Amino acid sequence: MSKGRFGVHGGQYIPETLMNAIIELENAYNHYKYDPDFQRELTELLDNYAGRPSILYYAEKLTRELGGAKIYLKREDLNHTGSHKINNVLGQALLAKKMGKTRLIAETGAGQHGVATATAAALLDMECVVFMGEEDTKRQALNVYRMKLLGADVVPVKTGTATLKDAVSEAMREWTSRISDTHYCLGSVMGPHPFPTIVRDFQAVISLESRSQILEKEGRLPDAVIACVGGGSNAIGSFYHFIPDEKVRLIGCEAAGRGIDTFETAATVNTGKIGIFHGMKSYFCQDEYGQIAPVYSISAGLDYPGVGPEHANLHDIGRAEYVPITDDEAVNAFEYLSRTEGIIPAIESAHAVAYAMKLAPTMDKDKIIIVTVSGRGDKDCAAIARYRGENIYE
Amino acid sequence: MSNIKKAFENGKAFIPFITCGDPDLETTAKVVREAVKNGADLIELGIPFSDPTAEGPVIQGANIRALAGGVTTDKVFDLVVELRKDIKIPMVFMTYANVVFSYGAERFMKKCAETGVDGIILPDLPFEEKEEFAECARQYGIDMISLIAPTSENRIAMIAKEAEGFIYVVSSLGVTGTRTEITTNIGDIVSVIRENTDVPCAVGFGISNPEQAKKMAGLSDGAIVGSAIIKIIEKYGKDSPKYVGEYIKSMKDAIR
Repeated sequence: MSKGRFGVHGGQYIPETLMNAIIELENAYNHYKYDPDFQRELTELLDNYAGRPSILYYAEKLTRELGGAKIYLKREDLNHTGSHKINNVLGQALLAKKMGKTRLIAETGAGQHGVATATAAALLDMECVVFMGEEDTKRQALNVYRMKLLGADVVPVKTGTATLKDAVSEAMREWTSRISDTHYCLGSVMGPHPFPTIVRDFQAVISLESRSQILEKEGRLPDAVIACVGGGSNAIGSFYHFIPDEKVRLIGCEAAGRGIDTFETAATVNTGKIGIFHGMKSYFCQDEYGQIAPVYSISAGLDYPGVGPEHANLHDIGRAEYVPITDDEAVNAFEYLSRTEGIIPAIESAHAVAYAMKLAPTMDKDKIIIVTVSGRGDKDCAAIARYRGENIYE
Repeated sequence: MSNIKKAFENGKAFIPFITCGDPDLETTAKVVREAVKNGADLIELGIPFSDPTAEGPVIQGANIRALAGGVTTDKVFDLVVELRKDIKIPMVFMTYANVVFSYGAERFMKKCAETGVDGIILPDLPFEEKEEFAECARQYGIDMISLIAPTSENRIAMIAKEAEGFIYVVSSLGVTGTRTEITTNIGDIVSVIRENTDVPCAVGFGISNPEQAKKMAGLSDGAIVGSAIIKIIEKYGKDSPKYVGEYIKSMKDAIR
């Protein structure tokens, strides 16, 4: 079996043209991972630029209204740029800079990873090109403007379903055509090795903090950790340091779209099967001949037909559970959290909130749940208004 | 000994790539027969994939058209059976790892052997991952064709030593598609290949006119052309076989 495996998943299924670039990246990462200067610079950026550590907030009113387990919110939405994406981007951009790269390319779905990449590029004086499905440039027009404001070029991708998967394909194509000065700043725990490991390591800061924060506040570990899963970067970051704590339930919330019994879904673990795509072996929504399915979710960030290989393995070995959340449930949670706690979550994160709303009332009051609010929902307000039949201008 | 070797026995080989089912399988069959009649030495048959990440816009378009027309892996195997009634030259598949994986690697290779497919090219399966499929391929005598890229450098020897059938030398960075200029030093890559294997090598990516084909075949054992042919098929649709035939004749004549 080749490198970068999580059980049978992972690997490096990419064109030969990219192999030396991937090997160069792996070698650089293995070097800088243990380089104290690199770690110091990254910590400095995370603390003083991104605003880490993010707070672990006890949602007392939400807890009281749901009437069950105590709910804590890990507030990744309070990071600079408004989501967890900055954790990974600062790490990768700094790494790329050390490798002598001067240009960052990235894919984006909701635009959060694109905004974070454009931000890091501006800060570190690098060129930036972001590939975004044309459909998503419409759904997330505000983020397109933010990226341009930050000095990035945004390329609308018109192929396929014109969503996240097509943006990934196009970023990969771009990377094969220009490698020497360019780093592909992949936004999730997916793609060929070493990306799933690099992105996970940079996102693991979420659970590194939340584990010690909950121990400080409650003197014990939580009973469940809940996060939304598209490719799965905020989820793996939220889970990682709890994986050895076997009593902590790890729950990933997939986008079910209009329901897992319909074709308009993006719930990969629940409806997909094992396959090879975008550089990795993992679960994918696909037909019997391996053609990748045109998935759907209201959330542009979860609208992806695959899932990171480490999640696929956590599912296989039964360490994590993956549950489907529909558009309706997510929109309800989006509105509910806004009203009860005064926190507008990203529609992606609202999938995790939605499951907490189902789970908490079934648990005793002395139980504890941590829900990761992976991003803020300002970008989604216009789309949710439209979902509710109200046409507003962004 | 692999059937593919025969393609390189009549001087420089001309290797056309055709996406199966674009615009429909009947036309593909006619295009293949015209190609053979006009001097093609080996046929690369593309099994369409929904998200062909190594392809430029032209071949992406062919994949989409073929899938929209309802082409499946099984229908492509049926096409091969039909073609093998009279086509004797080697034929190889070009597709993506998931098409083979989802079919079942063993079932796929067995079917290749039964229908008369001699080799397979998977652009998203690098050296490090090939064993997963190569084991079944060996069992059924199907050649796994390796690609070598302008960025392969220190990897060329390693890949060449284990090469089967022929080596696909990728002329340029980026994805498939016609190019006005090929700047990679193909001669240097080929000389490293020659030091490590007797397996023939053909150059592809970006070749569209007889001058380029002549130059690339001169540096290697043959030229592979995809996008330029797909453009003709896209333009003429069901009427394309005749035009593809004329084009292939001009290309083969140039490299003879």
